[in-house]
Amino acid sequence: MTRETIFNVVLALFLLALPFAAMAMGEPFYVSLATRMAILALAAVGLNLALGFGGLVSFGHAAFFGIGGYAAGILASHAFNAEPLLFAIPGSDQMPVIWIVAALAAGFAAFLIGAVSLRTSGVYFIMITLAFAQMFYYFAISWPAYGGEDGLSITMRNGFPGLNTAVPVTFFLICYALLMAALLLLWRIRDSRFGAALQAARQNEVRVAAIGIAPYRIRLFAFVLSGMITGVAGALFADLNRFVSPSMMSWHMSGELIVLIILGGAGRLFGPVAGAILFVLLEFLLGGITERWQLFLGLILLGVVLFARGGLIGLVAGKPRHG
Amino acid sequence: MKKILAASALALGLGVSATAFAEPVKVGLITTLSGGGAGLGVDARDGFMLAIKLSGATDIEVVTEDDAMKPELAVQIADKMIQSDKVDVLTGIIWSNLAMAVVPNAVAQGKFYLSPNAGPSPLAGAKCDKNYFNVAYQNDNFHEAAGNYAQTEGIKKMFILAPNYPAGTDSLNGFKRFYKGELVGEVYTKLGQTDYAAEIAQIRASGADSVFFFLPGGMGIAFMKQYAQSGVEIPVMGPGFSFSQDVLGAIGDAALGAKNTASWSPDLDNARNKEFVTAFKAEYNRLPSIYAAQAFDTGSLIAAVAAKTDVKDADAFRAALEAADFQSVRGKFKFNTNHHPIQDFYVREVVKDADGVLTNKIIATSFTDHEDAYAKDCKM
Amino acid sequence: MQTALLIEQLLNGIQFGVMLFLMAAGLTLIFGVMGLINLAHGSLYMVGAFACAWVAAATGSFWLGLLASLVAAAAAGAIVEMTVIRRLYGRDHLDQVLATFALILIFSEATRWVFGSFPLYLNIPPLLGGAVALPGGVHYPLYRLAIIGVGLAVALGLYLLISRTRLGMRIRAGESDREMIGALGVDIRTLYTIVFALGAALAGLAGAMVGALQSVQVGMGEPVLILAFVVIVIGGIGSIKGAFVGALLVGITDTMGRLLLPQMLAAIIGPAQAAGIGAALASMLIYIVMALILAVRPKGLFAAQA
Repeated sequence: MTRETIFNVVLALFLLALPFAAMAMGEPFYVSLATRMAILALAAVGLNLALGFGGLVSFGHAAFFGIGGYAAGILASHAFNAEPLLFAIPGSDQMPVIWIVAALAAGFAAFLIGAVSLRTSGVYFIMITLAFAQMFYYFAISWPAYGGEDGLSITMRNGFPGLNTAVPVTFFLICYALLMAALLLLWRIRDSRFGAALQAARQNEVRVAAIGIAPYRIRLFAFVLSGMITGVAGALFADLNRFVSPSMMSWHMSGELIVLIILGGAGRLFGPVAGAILFVLLEFLLGGITERWQLFLGLILLGVVLFARGGLIGLVAGKPRHG
Repeated sequence: MKKILAASALALGLGVSATAFAEPVKVGLITTLSGGGAGLGVDARDGFMLAIKLSGATDIEVVTEDDAMKPELAVQIADKMIQSDKVDVLTGIIWSNLAMAVVPNAVAQGKFYLSPNAGPSPLAGAKCDKNYFNVAYQNDNFHEAAGNYAQTEGIKKMFILAPNYPAGTDSLNGFKRFYKGELVGEVYTKLGQTDYAAEIAQIRASGADSVFFFLPGGMGIAFMKQYAQSGVEIPVMGPGFSFSQDVLGAIGDAALGAKNTASWSPDLDNARNKEFVTAFKAEYNRLPSIYAAQAFDTGSLIAAVAAKTDVKDADAFRAALEAADFQSVRGKFKFNTNHHPIQDFYVREVVKDADGVLTNKIIATSFTDHEDAYAKDCKM
Repeated sequence: MQTALLIEQLLNGIQFGVMLFLMAAGLTLIFGVMGLINLAHGSLYMVGAFACAWVAAATGSFWLGLLASLVAAAAAGAIVEMTVIRRLYGRDHLDQVLATFALILIFSEATRWVFGSFPLYLNIPPLLGGAVALPGGVHYPLYRLAIIGVGLAVALGLYLLISRTRLGMRIRAGESDREMIGALGVDIRTLYTIVFALGAALAGLAGAMVGALQSVQVGMGEPVLILAFVVIVIGGIGSIKGAFVGALLVGITDTMGRLLLPQMLAAIIGPAQAAGIGAALASMLIYIVMALILAVRPKGLFAAQA
């Protein structure tokens, strides 16, 4: 095993152990903190597929995160009020249904955004994804049906067949399982033909096109899949907070997702996990110490970019083997 | 920031005073202390802390933390305060969208929430809760008072303006609930918009007799400055937020003469208010805003109730809160059946005080013992 | 009445566009020459506004404040360039985004630390107060006309600077071939610092002029920053001409959309619905325009050669 693999296992076990340790110490709050880490990690894993593997720096993934959140909020509120959603289709308070809807809705949005944005590249791509996310953000704020800027409360956390999701540790395990599933998916993708083509397109577009692969379609597929994963994370985030609001779509959230990846190590499979653990801890600890916590958060982030290239994983495990 | 005002034992109290209840009350104060909206949060925190200090209570602990105006962060902090710090009472949130995120969760976990500012309509009506108390107002109230004032003054043509988000539509609906004259313009602007040239041009062309606008924070500052420079002479009015102490300094003389409505004013004539304004000026070297006043009342209420009841006995504590037997800076204070205040609303005018500082002065009363429109929907 | 309103709105759109140009010119220059995405450009705008408000309050002169805004923003820009930005030129855009994102947090909290939590007072100078009558029965604020004038002057100045001066020649050379001008013996580090400080000064100037019209508070730069990015993307990154055209396009589209969309919708779906939906659509309009332009021209209207 390489040092990176060992570190990945350590990270996965650390995150898994955290809520149980918290329960043992009688600090139930840290369970929700760990759940938050897992969900943000999942969202960033989604982004990592586009950004880390595909080189597509999306500054608009908060849109998919928010769409997933709203899918959960809207379905749950219709189920709670027993109002049909569209024509005779009912709402739902079951997580599997919500995840599917969240993934499909986010995937569809990613398809539309990707279809236009992927015609551009580089800085243009960064900015156009940002602009699309802003579009969704302003739409969510001004559309009154589901609370506008006030957001939408979820009265009871949505259920999962056979499990009691109201128990914090159970909900954590659900999120953790989805995170691991997404990591597994990305790991499989990375070593698949599709993954190889995606990474090759990042390194040399002309050469990929020359051997008869259309980079546009490969990238679009990756972008849609990436949006779907982030969408599911958004649905979980809404369930964690029992609340969804347009601020999930704000450009700060897009920025935070990028921060998670770089903090952990861009292009690394477990980069988002390391980044999410570190970021949530920093935010929590600094927020508890000083009113000026954002200043110190900024200084730490700056320090990481300037002096710890490759993020946390780069620091621990050295340079990646290839690429 | 974690500032624990731990048992600042008053020397004369000797710890065996009237409070036979050994359990201290732990209060979690979540408010905005960073970024563009920090002024309001800082005022609310300072007002609250001043009330606790003046009460001389030795058994109230306050934990404060910054929500950075982010709903998700506010939820996380509330969870931490409830589960880790084991607070009994939560308070402090300024913004409606953060309140909507935090309040239902907090009361579902059996904690009390006392709102020092935000009063979104669902929490006053269908989603009211026995452990949720609003010490400030229901969101529509200031706007209703302005509508009523415009109606009683006999203003014929109004132009009304608010940002396009729930509090904005609530505002204009509240105004229209009491104003029955002609509306020559009803405009919704983008939230966060800071250039109002387009709207001012429409106002100029509308032929209105008066303008009512609700633009909180920087939006209102920008609007007033641009309006004053535009050469449009139509008088403006707004809710108290638009001309509160925290923004008057930044608007400057352009605000002079503007009418605005609120449930409190620094010149409100009662002993408690004089004590508050003097103490606030002495402690923080500035005039208090409406947010400071409301948070001060929230702190006074908690201190008064904590002195009489044990917070661990939730029913008794709730009954004591409902009785609201405390000295308010608003003179009289009473809760309605939905735990929102029944109170008077005043029309204020922006003037300069003896030191040349811009502030507000009461010129009329718009409502006496006003109730909000949602109390009937509240089934507790 | 309607024509007068339309003319006034058109002027407002131009004024807004010209302000955006001051922001976008610096951004696009910095990107064109150094290949750097600077999210902290909005913070320099804020620095300019705070410097102007503080100096104007201390001395009573708006004009000294305006001068201070240029100096403070340029100085802040130069310091940031020499301590942080300089290390980012060779990095990919990802690192630049993160580092300048961190700079936003630092600038915002540091500003709040120094100047307090409440918005500052800054008003326009009495000399430029009031409105002037234009032909066609239009009354228009003098200060806004002055902003349009300053913006156009800056645009002209930048054009002359880049096309006629030695510095401009180096900037153009830097845009087309970075290694080459270094090899030719131009002090590239100083050149970069100068370009960055110049961009910062323009942002600071915009912040001060807009601050007098709007409100001087922490976080004021962020909405403008995003619009400025829209502008440079529409115009073509690296192109000053593109930034100018893009800025006017965005300014006029946004202003006219806010006026016309609700009115047009009112004819179709009735005024009550139209106010809300029209406002929602108007706030999305510039992003829709940007998406349409990029769908047709992926490199913007005036793509730089590089």
